[in-house]
Amino acid sequence: MQLSPYTIAFTGILKREFLRFIHQRTRFLSALVRPLLWLVVFAAGFRAALGVSIIPPYQTYITYETYILPGLCCMILLFNGMQGALSMVYDREMGSMKVLLMSPLPRSWLLFCKLIAIALLSLAQVYAFIALGFLVDVEPPLIGLLTVLPALLLTAVMLGAIGLFLSARIRQLENFAGVMNFVIFPMFFLSSALYPLWKMRESSEWLYWVCSVNPFTHAVELVRFALYAELNLEALLITAGTTLVFTVLALLGFNPEQAAHSKGR
Amino acid sequence: MFKPPFVKSLLLAALLASPVAQAATAYVSNEKDNTLSVIDLETLEVTQTIEVGERPRGIILSKDRTKLYICASDSDTVQVMDLATHKIIANLPSGEDPEQFSLHPDDRRLYISNEDDALVTVVDTVSHEVLAQIEVGVEPEGMAVSPDGRWAVNTSETTSMLHWIDTETHELIDNTLVDQRPRHVEFTKSGDRLWGSSEIGGTVSIINVASREIIKKLNFQIRGIHPDKIQPVGVKLSADGKYAFVALGPANHVAVVDASSYEVLDYLLVGRRVWHMEFTPDQKYLLTTNGVSGDVSVIDVDDMKVIKSIKVGRYPWGVVTLE
Repeated sequence: MQLSPYTIAFTGILKREFLRFIHQRTRFLSALVRPLLWLVVFAAGFRAALGVSIIPPYQTYITYETYILPGLCCMILLFNGMQGALSMVYDREMGSMKVLLMSPLPRSWLLFCKLIAIALLSLAQVYAFIALGFLVDVEPPLIGLLTVLPALLLTAVMLGAIGLFLSARIRQLENFAGVMNFVIFPMFFLSSALYPLWKMRESSEWLYWVCSVNPFTHAVELVRFALYAELNLEALLITAGTTLVFTVLALLGFNPEQAAHSKGR
Repeated sequence: MFKPPFVKSLLLAALLASPVAQAATAYVSNEKDNTLSVIDLETLEVTQTIEVGERPRGIILSKDRTKLYICASDSDTVQVMDLATHKIIANLPSGEDPEQFSLHPDDRRLYISNEDDALVTVVDTVSHEVLAQIEVGVEPEGMAVSPDGRWAVNTSETTSMLHWIDTETHELIDNTLVDQRPRHVEFTKSGDRLWGSSEIGGTVSIINVASREIIKKLNFQIRGIHPDKIQPVGVKLSADGKYAFVALGPANHVAVVDASSYEVLDYLLVGRRVWHMEFTPDQKYLLTTNGVSGDVSVIDVDDMKVIKSIKVGRYPWGVVTLE
């Protein structure tokens, strides 16, 4: 019984996000167009029809399209996570979030609900994207569609938490172009989403190093392995650790006392 | 009184022997390593590497599947390996630079192409004697004996011909001109058709054995791969007569062809520079040797999917499988 206001808040927030989601059908489509462009156009231009070398979890040679699919799934989560977090900043100042934050429930719970709601809706987009992947012969095993779910959820929460942390701390990033240039692009390109890291290492040792400390790399690898029903423990630990750290930091950032405290200083 | 220990030891022997006898195995010749890799077809892993003569290329099994014949090209011999002990038990006088060969259904006569000498050498595997040497075109390569044992067909890479040798008289009876650089020939099970690949021509010719004329020519196109890279080499026909598989060399793909309509159904991505292939005894998988990437890709024939690539030695060339 005691939990019920929490549950009510959660379902309420989820419902609201869902409504917003179906009202903005173009947002859903545009979220699909971006990774599809990469999958169909970029991969075609890359012309790796002769196959990408074998790296785990793949057991044999794969097409480039097959290689980038997990990275593009994470790309959807990355954009949605950042966009969702930013919209929360605006919401907090002028929109419904303002009302929401007046609720007697702890802010941390409300923010957490919001994070999960964004993540769940992102998952729908990712699965739609994977389904379209089958049209271009990218066919992960069907069991992988199930095992990838927790990996995608964790990644979505991690990226949402990072977005939330950034939007609470760094005011200059409030416009989306700034986030694109300074967060999304570096995170995406300095990762294993588009190219295996051994390839990066061949051209530059320090770029390889940056890529391998990028938590997005580990999220992509977690999703990549999970999509083939395998567990990459290292990637899981790093992704889970990063999620925990940024969730705590984000919640602290939205804590009114903390905020007042830092403003006072 | 003596029975129980005897029965026991018999049972023990049967128990020990059965997994070895039942696990299907593949042997792969590694051209640059002078070795054979042994693959366990249950686990799809290499279990053993055996040293053999120099530059092993074509390999085939004796009809009773107890011996393996190995073309040791740079040792200028065909080696005979006892598969129970993995020991070389004989070296046959193959002529110089043997590359591909084929065993007559009589299980005795071995037809060997000598790449450097423009010859086909016929060796008796029992008496170890050379029975005949037949002059053929320049750079003989592919070799096949028809299921009824009547024809031995050799391909010469530079002359671009298939040479029909009568196995009774060991005389060259006829030639069929095909596209440039014929590499490999394979008879259908019924023996009325012959499939031959042309590496530079980029085609596979299907020949009516009765008239020795081409009845169909297959072309291959893979999106995103330059036509020059499409170089057909190995050809394998499934036992049920449904499919033909064509290894496309540096295109890194194997073409799947409907063996009755001659339509190309699919292209499967395998390792780099794929040359030769063999089915597992149950016909469930097709193994391909990928020379440049040094591995063997495993194609699931029912699903038409490549399920794994297994690292073997350097430049794998030939492959055989047995129960």
